[in-house]
Amino acid sequence: MISWRAIAAILLVTGPALLAGEIPPDARRSGYAFMGPDTRAMQDDDTANPGMLFVLDGEQLWKKTTGAADKACADCHGDARSSMKGIAARYPAFDKALGRPVTLDQRINLCRADHQQATPLPYESRDLLALSAFVGHQSRGIPITAGDDPQVKPFVDQGRALFMQREGQLNLACTNCHDDNFGKRLAGAPITQGQPTGYPLYRLEWQTLGSIERRLRSCMTGVRAQAYDYGSPELVALQLYLMSRARGLPMETPAVRP
Amino acid sequence: MERACRHDHSAPPPPPAGEGWGEGVSARENPQEEGALTRRFAMTSSASGRGERSPRRPPSVHRTSVAAALIAASVTLPISAEAQELVPYTIVGDGIPQSLTGSPGDAARGRVLMLARTTTCILCHSGPFPETRFQGDLAPDLSGTGNRWSVSQLRLRLVDASRFNPDTIMPSYYRNGGLVRVGRNFAGKPILSAAEIEDIVAFLATLRD
Ligand code: HEC
Ligand code: HEC
Repeated sequence: MISWRAIAAILLVTGPALLAGEIPPDARRSGYAFMGPDTRAMQDDDTANPGMLFVLDGEQLWKKTTGAADKACADCHGDARSSMKGIAARYPAFDKALGRPVTLDQRINLCRADHQQATPLPYESRDLLALSAFVGHQSRGIPITAGDDPQVKPFVDQGRALFMQREGQLNLACTNCHDDNFGKRLAGAPITQGQPTGYPLYRLEWQTLGSIERRLRSCMTGVRAQAYDYGSPELVALQLYLMSRARGLPMETPAVRP
Repeated sequence: MERACRHDHSAPPPPPAGEGWGEGVSARENPQEEGALTRRFAMTSSASGRGERSPRRPPSVHRTSVAAALIAASVTLPISAEAQELVPYTIVGDGIPQSLTGSPGDAARGRVLMLARTTTCILCHSGPFPETRFQGDLAPDLSGTGNRWSVSQLRLRLVDASRFNPDTIMPSYYRNGGLVRVGRNFAGKPILSAAEIEDIVAFLATLRD
């Protein structure tokens, strides 16, 4: 008798270049798919989704002049509905000047530094979350393509290695939960595939909007590992790997999670 | 033209409150400090420290190889300066026959420990604990554990589950080094003390169908 494991093994061998343990494209599911009806309803209804308040704030900030250059985002980029459409779906993206990928948060602060001559917004500050939620929202429904650029390949690989690395006092890797055990429960919490589709998103546990870096730091703290700093190369690489691993899934910003 | 670093200059804010995996899931509080019963030496563990999958051996092969690999192994190795000292122990066959503390554990205390979030067992396991709302299902239900495993086997399972299955996700509870990026508050410390392990082992042995 051929077991399903044997069949799965054959499929893995003959299928397209999919690395062992990875989730095939047609089995990829957003965290949305694992949520209860109440949380889904909250995400689906813009008037009930608390993340939309941040999007509205972000829209104001987009139009507001700031910094020594006294320029607004809109002065360079115009109407975000067209200029920012699909942008978040391909971030983190390679920055030629820096020679490395930057996250959307970092891009916003680069624009502030270079074009607005304004101080950087701190990670997890309301203004940075609002701007990235507003920009991210312009990609809602657009399939993720981040990681396709060959220049970021080494960074995707670095992120994958970090994803596979056991760490912390509990000695668990991201892959142990999000590739091998999604659909099960860690105590009370359903484990999802750890897809990055909805960020920044509103987490009921946080009572606020949070970035994906905050989420990754929480998972690291959960396994009792020393979390990487906000903006560190490791967190950027992990984000990039997560985005490439989510290739084809539509963006949901701002999502709602329990 | 300090473009390269300008945006990196903002200091990260203090970690926001409420980190972890949500209600009833957080595993991050400090575990109880190691008791006074531990001294001198530590075992090294065979856990691979990798998440990479490798095919699991079929159970039959697995059991024999465990037995072969574990025959009367008694390794006592000095460990790095910062690591907290562990009591030495001797693996015989597929277990640790001797109590880590030299005396039997307290099953009642073990039950309380098992159900404490900080002990982490029920993040993954469920068991006959009707009063506990959040139990995990990443691992076998612990009902009837005492029928299936001897005290000696249970002790080794808690000390270093990777001895039974090198790819297991179950942490090694009595290990103080050889791990990657352990959080500042936990570095060099085992997850549980020798006394806590004995209490939990005593409790697991009472779980009979
Ligand atoms: C012991 C299990 C475990 C480990 C290990 C773990 N996570 Fe998680 N992760 C969870 C749980 C539980 C949640 C909360 C429920 C959810 O959203 O999936 C979560 C949430 C997430 C999310 C949010 C998904 C969403 O829909 O918003 C991402 C992304 C994520 N994890 C990535 C990672 C990465 C990267 C690592 C390694 C650095 C990691 N996780 C390690 C259990 C784990
Ligand atoms: C991160 C997940 C995880 C945690 C935390 C965990 N375990 Fe396990 N445990 C497992 C898995 C998975 C197995 C199945 C065998 C294997 O893979 O080693 C297992 C097996 C066992 C078994 C043997 C069960 C049987 O009937 O075969 C016992 C007993 C056990 N664990 C006790 C504990 C205790 C006590 C704790 C806490 C001190 C604990 N476990 C914490 C994942 C975990």
